[in-house]
Amino acid sequence: MELVAFVVLTALALVSGLMVILHRNQVVAALSLAANLVAIAGYYMLLNAQFLALLQVIVYAGAIMVLILFVIMLLNLPEEARKPGTGRVQAGLAIVLAAAFALILGWALIRATDGGGYPAASDTFGTVDSVGQMLFTNFFYAFEAISLLLVVAMIGAVLLAKRSVEP
Amino acid sequence: MTPQAILIVSAVLFAVGVVGVLTRRGAITILMSIEIMLNASNLAFISFSRLYDQPDGQIYAFFIMTLAAAEAAVGLAIVIALFRLRESTDVDELNLMKW
Repeated sequence: MELVAFVVLTALALVSGLMVILHRNQVVAALSLAANLVAIAGYYMLLNAQFLALLQVIVYAGAIMVLILFVIMLLNLPEEARKPGTGRVQAGLAIVLAAAFALILGWALIRATDGGGYPAASDTFGTVDSVGQMLFTNFFYAFEAISLLLVVAMIGAVLLAKRSVEP
Repeated sequence: MTPQAILIVSAVLFAVGVVGVLTRRGAITILMSIEIMLNASNLAFISFSRLYDQPDGQIYAFFIMTLAAAEAAVGLAIVIALFRLRESTDVDELNLMKW
């Protein structure tokens, strides 16, 4: 059962991820990104991180994707023009380098595990209780700093998108 | 499902995001590729959090999610300002500060 879910999620995540970077229509790319985010939420569920899975669906697939889709539709962008020739070398190099990077990254990540499977999860793993407890004790100052960052980003976004700034 | 399998998926997704950033020219597509990379790193964080049964990894993933929200907001505002100025979001045409 877990294996079936893993295979389905992996297929969904990889196909939708590739659609994001390959499809020329940006609305389709954005909707594929939403599917990709939901697939990753599924992985979180498989890993018993229920709280993060919920956050992923509500905040990422909900709020951030709506923002991106809203901007794409607001700007009414034309499809990305195909430029002959110039991009070929760049694309080939990018794919080779990214494949090499993925190999090294995957090797390093696997080296960081001890080769065994997941241990049995404790009862409290991934609950709102355990994550919230940690967030408001050990990571309290980081939490406050990140709320400040959100305020700054909000003010910056409003200022940048304003039609003109009066002196 | 082993930690190794999840970590390989995470590395491959990150590479997909890298290819997107390096090859695409639409500013919004590049922003979406960055989101893929952030998500791949989140997946690795949560996998390790589960492997060592510590909630820390989930907290980091939570912070990265917040960071991604801030990045998307500011990035899209820049794209809107850019589109007003240039009527395009093609990053190859943005060479004003290049030379």
